[in-house]
Formats: sequence, C-alpha cells, structure tokens
Amino acid sequence: MLEVKDLEVAFKTDEGIIHALDGVSFSVKRGQTLGIVGESGSGKTVSAKAIMQLLPRTAAIGKDSSIQLRRKNGDIIEITQLKTTGREMQRVRGGEIAMIFQEPMSSFSPVHTIGNQIMEAILAHRQVSKQEAREIAIDILDKVGIANPSVRMDQIPFELSGGMRQRAMIAVALSMNPSLLIADEPTTSLDVTIQAQILELMNQLQEEFKMAIIFITHNLGVIAQVADEVAVMYLGQIMERGTAKEVIHRPQHPYTQSLLRAIPRLDRLGGRLVAISGDIPSPLELPGGCPFHTRCEQAIAGVCDTQRPAITRISSTHTLHCFLHEQSG
Amino acid sequence: MADILLEIKNLKVHFPIRSKRLFGGTTRYVKAVDGVSFHIERGETLGLVGESGSGKTTIGRSLLRAIEPTEGQVTFNLDGQVVDLTQLQGKDLRAFRRYMYLIFQDPYSSLNPRMTVRDIIAEPLVANKLATGKEVDEQVRETAALCKLNLEYLRRFPHAFSGGQRQRIGIARALIARPQFVVCDESVSALDVSIQAEILNLLMDLQAEFGLTYLFIAHDLSVVAHISRRVAVMYLGQFLELAPTKQLFYAPRHPYTEALMSAIPEVNPELEMTPVSLKGEIPSPVNPPAGCRFHTRCVYVQDMCKTEIPQWREIEDGHFVACHFADTLTLKGVTSLDTIGSVN
Repeated sequence: MLEVKDLEVAFKTDEGIIHALDGVSFSVKRGQTLGIVGESGSGKTVSAKAIMQLLPRTAAIGKDSSIQLRRKNGDIIEITQLKTTGREMQRVRGGEIAMIFQEPMSSFSPVHTIGNQIMEAILAHRQVSKQEAREIAIDILDKVGIANPSVRMDQIPFELSGGMRQRAMIAVALSMNPSLLIADEPTTSLDVTIQAQILELMNQLQEEFKMAIIFITHNLGVIAQVADEVAVMYLGQIMERGTAKEVIHRPQHPYTQSLLRAIPRLDRLGGRLVAISGDIPSPLELPGGCPFHTRCEQAIAGVCDTQRPAITRISSTHTLHCFLHEQSG
Repeated sequence: MADILLEIKNLKVHFPIRSKRLFGGTTRYVKAVDGVSFHIERGETLGLVGESGSGKTTIGRSLLRAIEPTEGQVTFNLDGQVVDLTQLQGKDLRAFRRYMYLIFQDPYSSLNPRMTVRDIIAEPLVANKLATGKEVDEQVRETAALCKLNLEYLRRFPHAFSGGQRQRIGIARALIARPQFVVCDESVSALDVSIQAEILNLLMDLQAEFGLTYLFIAHDLSVVAHISRRVAVMYLGQFLELAPTKQLFYAPRHPYTEALMSAIPEVNPELEMTPVSLKGEIPSPVNPPAGCRFHTRCVYVQDMCKTEIPQWREIEDGHFVACHFADTLTLKGVTSLDTIGSVN
C-alpha cells in the first residue's frame, strides 16, 4: 500500500535546523494497521504530515527520501515528487489518503454545519450532485454511529460532544473512500468509554472497507489493541519495529523495554514504576550516535555515543537499531 | 477507628445558569456535585475517576474552598482539632489555606512566566508570612532538592524548562508550606510516559516522607489504580462506587464501574477488548435523569431504576455502592491478572 524509505525531514527555525525525522522507513499493507508509538518530539506527527504533504514551508524533505503509494487503480506514485499544491496531490489527499486529527474541535470549521463540511469533501472528490452528496453524507454519519444523522447534519460543531465530533471527523475522512487512513492520536482527548467506542468503530470500518490504517499514539495500551504491526519512535528515528506481539511481549530495544516498564499496569498494582532517567533531549541539541544513549542504562561508552547502530533483524518481521544486539547477533 | 483527615457530608455545588432575559424566568442550575459523602484518611491516597463533566475537578476545588460549596459540610481534622472548612471565613480561611494545596494539570499555564523559579516556589511561604529573609531561601532550596530540582535552576524562568521539570516546580510550590492535604488534579496527564513514571514515584516518595494525604483526580484509570489506596467512581455529580483499589478494579459492584474497567485498553495484544457498550454519552448535569442517574446508559436497567434513587450503602467492609441490584449482579472486573505475559 504505502512504502516509506529513509524519510528525512528538517525544519529551519530561528534557533537552528531541527532534524525532525532521520532515516525513517516503514510500510503499511492493505487492510492492516500500523501503530506508531512514541513520546513528544519523536516525529510521529511529522511522519504523517510528510505523507500527506502537509508540512509547513520551513520544512525540507531529504534528497534520498521516498514515499511510494499504490493508488486505487494499481499505479505506484512517488509522493515526494508531487507538487504539494498540485492537482495530483490534492486527489491523493482525501481521495487516497485521509487523515483524522487529535482535536476534532479545531479541525472543523466552527461556523459551518457538519453536513456542509462533509458534503464539501464529497463534492470535491466525487462526481455527484449536491442532493446526492447530502444523501451520502447522511448515510456515512449513520455508519459512524451518529443517531439522527439528518438532524446532526445541520448542526454546528460546538453543538456536538467530543466523541460525536470525533465520529463526524471519521465520517469526513471516510466520505472520500480512502484506501489509507492516517489517525493522529484520534482518541487522546476522549474519555475511556468513548475511546473504546471509537476504536471499535475504526476496527469495524477497517474490516468493511479494507482500509490500511496508520495509527499514531503515545498510549501503549491503545497500540496493543489496534495495531498489527508497531513502530517505536524516539527523536525522529525508529528504534524497533515488529508485530504487536513481538514488540510488546518480547521487546528487544532498551527504549521499548523501559517504556513498557514505565507505565502503570493493572496486573502489577502498587509496585514502583521504573522511570527512564533524564529528560527527552531538545531537538536542537540531538545527541550523536544512538539518540537514546543519553538515557539508556545499557549504553556502551565509546560506541553508542559515537556511531549510529545499523539495523538488526531478529525475525522476518522484527527489526531494531541497537548495538547490544548487533554484537550478540 | 481509622485516623480521618477529611470528612465530607452531603456536599453540593450548584452553578446557576444566568437567564438571558432581563427579568428572565426561573434560574436553572448545573448540579456539578450533588450530594456526595465520603471521608479521606490521613496519609492515604483517594483516587477519583469518572468521565469528563462528572464533577471530579469541582469536588477537588470545593474541598479547598477554591469554589464555594452550595451545601454540605467538610470537616478537617488538623492534628486533633476539628475544623469545619465550610464555615471558615476571611482571615481564618486564609490562614488555613497553608494546610491544603493543589497541584495543577498543565505545567505550562500554571506557572507565572514572569517570576523566577525561586519566587514561584517561595510564594506560599511569603503569602502566608511563614518565613522571612534567609529562611525563605533555605526552605526553597530544601524543598527544591526534595523534588529533585537542580538548585542552579532557581534563578531561571519557567520557560526554560521541560514539562516534567515544570511539574516538579509545581510540586515544590505545593509542598513548601508543608500542607497536610494535597489535591492532584490530573497532575501527570500532560506528561510523556517516561516522565510520568518519575513524577508518580516522586509523589509517592513525598507522601511517605511527610505523611501527605492526596486526593488524586485523573481520567487515566491505570494511573489512578497505581497510586491510590481507595478509589471513588463519579458520575453526573454523584458517587456510584467507592472501594479499596483492588476490590474496585477486580470485583466492581456497580455496572458503571464494570463498563469503565472494560474500556481500559490493556497492554496486551492477545487480550481482545470487549467493552461493555455504554449507550450514548453522559447526560447533561442540568437535568439529570430521575431515579438512578446512570439508568439511561445501564445495560442491566430495570423499571425500578427509572424512578427510585438507589441508596449509597456499604455493601462490604469499606466497599460503598449506589445500585439497587449490587447484591444480585455478577459483574466483571479487570481480568488480565494471570494472562498477561511478563515483560522481561
């Protein structure tokens, strides 16, 4: 479906150049969910925006970066070659790849009705009349579990609750029948009960439409529930990649292991959490070598702080970047 | 008899909704907290969970008298001297504020950007005239060290710090006057996972050291379970259940608690989530449903639930619940105890 190779993104700021992504590679298969997990500043959102070509002007994509998308008609296109504002890219954006955001309130226009905003998307991407677009919109709102869709159509976003708005957001994304859905922290601002509903809804819709999903979140619990494959990111690089079971049950990278130890879990109540020492380094002063070496307990002096670890393959699906494994394997 | 620090009886906080008309009709009220009774023991952490809009924050703030309670009684046992917080006024109230403090959610907006870290931490001391001159500096340094803040940072301004560091500053400020009761309102929610663990550990260490009592409010159930000795579940301004943490999570007695537990995404790809579906969303607190407030979304609802308000009763030792059928329902808690593969 989508193949990202050696993606590099840098931002120019007044204080210097920020390397937001450095050699990120991943791929998503049809009907599968790739979970990208990481803390703030790890480059999760930048990856998504790079795929959508929604990066601000101050961003530059590296020369060797490649993002290949298999279109619905079977053609393979190179997204980095497309003009960001060109017609071709506009067709891809929405028509092939749709995105839903964390904060549904700020992604909707506050002064237009929900219905108009969904219809706008439909009219832009499909050859239908306004009346047909309205019917399609009502149909989709119904599908995402909004009761009374024809009434909700004429309401303004603030009249809807958070969970309802996120459903409407998903409706906008689905209205264009995308083959890849990028969901950037779609449930982070929601209550657990509503989160569970939204996750279930996305699961159902994925089965129905055979969509591929890239699911970005910092919540390891959510990742465990939704993802087939997981990529763990830290400071603009992928540390470990594998199936959800591999990464969560048999994490090999010290960062993934520490992350899993740092979260409170219901089966280990009361014990002490093992925190990761230190802070996440500033993106302006990225550490050399392995980006995690400043906080890694097993860092090898003279190795981890000077060289970048190459990729180590543990199984056909499980890979990581870490010197500890390079030596033993 | 346990050592009770705070005893809350029938606490109500109602906010009037102003009518738009000049002499406009009847005033309606948002019943943010509507008749809640509980106690908090000295040195314990009471967790408070519930969906947004259930009144968690309002309870926390009204205990601190940052919001005026409409009705009810809150007594504070200050080393044997029992004080009715709701009756305190003016100077007495101000003098009492040093015994209770709040740690905020957002470490970015709760620190004054124009004050140095030292001045921020010192403020409770200065405002309450608890120390002067060199003593202030001494205590600031001592508290900052306890909160594992680098002393060189004291002269800097908050903008220079990361979220985790800022939260430490907020904790140092809350603790410098050595309060007895601290409300943590979503105090770790804005932090990254790796930082969150550190702050949780710090809060637990400080509690052990000073015998602090926490009311820990958060929407993340695993975090609450981790830090709390007992947990209360709130819904539309009322408590539905309150029990020791393990009992509440592993053997809930209220259908709403069951639904909450089933919605927690567990860090285990083999355990498929089967959330008990809650119909719709939380109703408006202006017009809460009659009878049991949860009946509109409850999967076990009976006719009786729609008209009769369930009693808040102690069903087992220390296990409180408000449900007509708590005795007969068999509910599921978190079940993953043995099934989760261990990490390393």
